This record gives sequence, C-alpha cells and structure tokens, in this order.
Amino acid sequence: MKRIYPKEDVCIGCRLCEVHCVVEHSRSKDILKAFKRESPRPVPRVRVREDGPLSFAVQCRHCPEPYCVYSCLTGAMHRKPDGGVVHHDPERCVGCWTCVMVCPFGVLTRDVANHCIAPKCDLCPGRSTPACVAACPNEALVYAEEASYA
Amino acid sequence: MPEYVIIGNSAGGIGAVEAIREVDKEGSLAIISDEPYPAYSRPLISEYLAGETSLERMLYRSRDFYHENAVEAILGKKVVGVDVDGSFVTLSDGEKIEYGRLLVATGGVPFVPKMEGSDRHGVYTFTTLGDAERMASRLAGVRRAVVIGGGLIGISVTEALTKRGIVVTVVELKDRILNVILDEEGSRIAEEAVRRAGVTIMANSTVTQITGKPGGAPGVHSAVLANGDELPCDLVVVAIGVVPRVDAVVNSAIQRNRGIVVDRHMATSAPNVYACGDVAEAYDYVLDINRLTPIWPNAYLGGRIAGYNMTGRSAIYPGGTGMNSLNYFGLAIVSAGLVMPDGQQGYEVLTERRLEEGVYKKVILRDDVIMGFTFVNDIEKSGILSGLMRDKVDVGGFKQYLIADDFDLTSLPKALRKARLGPRPQPSAGAAPQEKARALAVD
Repeated sequence: MKRIYPKEDVCIGCRLCEVHCVVEHSRSKDILKAFKRESPRPVPRVRVREDGPLSFAVQCRHCPEPYCVYSCLTGAMHRKPDGGVVHHDPERCVGCWTCVMVCPFGVLTRDVANHCIAPKCDLCPGRSTPACVAACPNEALVYAEEASYA
Repeated sequence: MPEYVIIGNSAGGIGAVEAIREVDKEGSLAIISDEPYPAYSRPLISEYLAGETSLERMLYRSRDFYHENAVEAILGKKVVGVDVDGSFVTLSDGEKIEYGRLLVATGGVPFVPKMEGSDRHGVYTFTTLGDAERMASRLAGVRRAVVIGGGLIGISVTEALTKRGIVVTVVELKDRILNVILDEEGSRIAEEAVRRAGVTIMANSTVTQITGKPGGAPGVHSAVLANGDELPCDLVVVAIGVVPRVDAVVNSAIQRNRGIVVDRHMATSAPNVYACGDVAEAYDYVLDINRLTPIWPNAYLGGRIAGYNMTGRSAIYPGGTGMNSLNYFGLAIVSAGLVMPDGQQGYEVLTERRLEEGVYKKVILRDDVIMGFTFVNDIEKSGILSGLMRDKVDVGGFKQYLIADDFDLTSLPKALRKARLGPRPQPSAGAAPQEKARALAVD
C-alpha cells in the first residue's frame, strides 16, 4: 500500500500542503470559495510541525497495525476488510479520545464542541496522488509503496 | 461441528472473528453470548442511560457483520460448561456444541459484596446494556441515588444519572475516587469536576445495608454507612468492581489464577482453547508480567491475536497495559501504565502543572523508559508517549520535553523521528523494528 512520507530536510514550512488539503476536502474544490465562502471552513488534515528551522508535514500514517482502530470503543475508527486505509466515521464517534491516547504520531485532533475527532487524512480517494503531495513545491512529501521508497 | 467457537460477543470476540476471517474465509464459526443483541459498544451504556443514544447507534459493527463474515450468532444463550477433553461446550438449554478451536471471551462480572438488602428491587449493577435498559425503564420518580464505588464504572453511571436530573452520592471505600487509574492529584481534579456537577462524594466510607421501603413495599429506602449514617435514596448502583467471568470454565481443566492464564499466543493451558479480554490474565508490557488489564482495547487486540493463532497462523500478543481516557463531567484525562511508582527503586517522575489552564502532566520513567503517564486537559500529544512506552524507546536524550506544552514529534531526536516517520513497518522506533513488526503480525 502507498503511504505518504515526509522529508524534513527539504520541507520549508510553506504550508501549501495544508492549503491544498483544505481545498480538496471542500465542497467547491475551489481555493477562493473554500477559504472565503464555505462555513465552516474545512480543516486541514495534514499539519506542518515546526521547531525553529525544522519543519515537516504529518498526517495519519495509516499504520499497518493501527492502534486507533484496535482501541476504538465504538467502531468509528475502522479499516475496510480489503484495504489498509484507516477511516473515521464521525456518525459513530462519541469523542472518548481513546484513539488520541494511543496514536503514536499524535495526529488525531479533537473537535471538543462536537464530541468528535476532527476530520483526518483519507489519502484523497479518487486522486492518484494525494493533494498535499501533489501541491508540495519541494517534494517534501512523497507518496510511495513502502518497499520502493528509499 | 463449527471449526471455531467463540464465547462472548464483545470486543474480544469480534477481534477474533475479524482476524479469523482475514486468514480463513471458509471455516465454520459460531459466536455465543447470553446477551441478546448484536455486538455493541459496552462503554456507551452510560450514554444510553442518559438518554443520549440508542442500541442502533451503539452497535460496534454493522447489523450485516455476522452475515458478511459467515458467523453463526447464537445469542441469548449462556454457556454453562466447557469440556476440554471432549472439545465441546454446553449451553444452558442442554445443547452441546463441539469445537475445533475455542475462544473464551466472556468478559467480567460485577462484584457485589455480601450486604444486607443488596438483592432488593432498585439495586443495580452497571456493566451491560441490559442493566442500563432495566435502570432506564425504572427511573420515573427516582430523585436520589447512591452509587457504591468511585471507579470508572461508578463515575460513568453517576454522570448518566446526573444528566437525568437525579441527585447522586458516590460512596468510595478508599480516600479518593478513581484511585486505580489516577494519582492523588488526578483524583483531586476529577473530584472537583464531579462535585461541581452537584454530586456528593463520601470517601473512606462503606455501605453496610440497603434498607427497604417502610411496610415492605418493593424498592429502596436508604443506604446505611458503616458509621451509622443513613443516606435516603430511591436507587442504588453497586459499582465496586468487575471480576473475570469464569463460571463457564470453572469446572474445566483450564488453568486459572484470578483470570484465565494465557501465553503470548493467547493460548490457555488446555489444547485448542484460547482466552482474551477481561476474563484473561495476559501479558502487560509495562510491568512485564501477566495480569488482568480489563480494558476494551486490550480485549480487541488480544482477541485478534487469538483469532490468528486459532487459524494456525502464529501471532504474538505484543501485550497491553492499563490505559484509560476519561471524559466524564467535562474532564479530559488520559492515564496509561503506572499511575504512581509502585514502591520499587529507580523511578523518575516528571511533573508539570499549568493550573490556570487546568493542565497537569506526569510521566514516570525507569532507566529512561516510559512506565506510565497521566495527562489532564492537554492530551492531544499523549499518544506519542503511548507509542514510546509501547516500544520501550530510550527517551533519555529528550525526556525533559515529554511534559512540555509544545511537546510534539519535533521534540524527538532526528534519527528516532526518521525511524518512526519513515518507510518501516510501524511502529518502528528504537530497538529492533523488525522484531516489533513481527511480534504484532506473524512470526
């Protein structure tokens, strides 16, 4: 299965990945409308982590052994029987934060007001390359099969 | 004869079904439960009692799950015996079902101490949807309730009853509520939140008697404490604790301690018999011993590992530990592993308090490996600590950042960060990533 890998040595922290994640998951898929007209504005599912000159983008890693799925009390966090993509169903989420407690990458964020995990990376279904990877000007995000990625 | 028989239709049983069907699409599979419903999220029974959810919304898997996975669901029937020599189980109606491989995932049963009046109408336990349904149907006219036990179940039922407008008193034997999953400071923070909701907490107290209505009418009149105080109430919930539900195997040759003893394959002492979840004493990777760790995630993962092994595909349980996320009464508290040093030598405790934000963080280390942590309110990066704890990563070089308000993946040393974020089987940090990956999947 293809996954997204960050390359911190070439990430400049421009956050275009976040911008294009928002657009891809907006209703209009239009950058101006997504940011100016849609309410609530979609939240980015990828986040740039920064500490001084260090920066890299992180989203759900779709772990081969997803503790969020194993630990979910309701079945909201799940995989389809035939795929490795970790999905989140907000209809079944009750905001118990058990997945937050076990995610080894700390990428799940809480929507406290709605008692629900905020939308998470879905690897952009329908696209051959996820929007964040396609938008990165520096190839600081790579979408690759685990075995072929050096 | 079903190839696979699973006793228990909750997290462990479902975890096993999903693993078995990953490997073996054909072998016949039966799941038996004395509960009449499809698998539901047990922790949500407090939301059900509060009137905030329905069985349909509590379902752990879709209604089609059993059909899609070719599972014969034998619901509403209790297993009363397991014969490991004859390889069959006996149901309460006398039916015998042979098995090729058996999983005992019977969970726990509430512990109700001997107490005068504990069998009265109006006295409940609170671990099943049936408990919640019964209680919910009889709340009309209930104004005051006494909850015996200030653990996770006690606090969850207290919140539900409070939401229903009932005035609750929690009676706790020890000096503070949630004393198993929180340290003193965590308990104090939780107690404040619980009290703010109008709940009375009586610590260092025991209920010795539940009195009935004058004149012998059905129902509860009061709870009497050991010191003689009498708490008038219309309803009592006994939430002292849960013990492994071993009645089905009590006359079998399966080795038990407090629960059913299992190895790292989740196999019991009896051939072709596995166990997982609240009924099993399985490996705890923090304490490096087998013990009861009755939490939902461990039940699912243990069931999953058992399922693989039941198909003949060898898999090793990576272990589980005590771990809870507490979100009652507006709280956001996570605690995992040790909540306090256990008296042995060599622990290091890091703490951080940002009182104006209600933040409290504590990390317990030994030999620079995380042995436990408690985070209050600022919990979103706590999972990173879970991963480091699970993988026994040496955090010596950056431990001071673990409790910092800006702790994140950026706080990890570059090599460790690259190992964890790079194209390795996850989680893959620290020592022996290969071994780690193999331990969870297949060996």
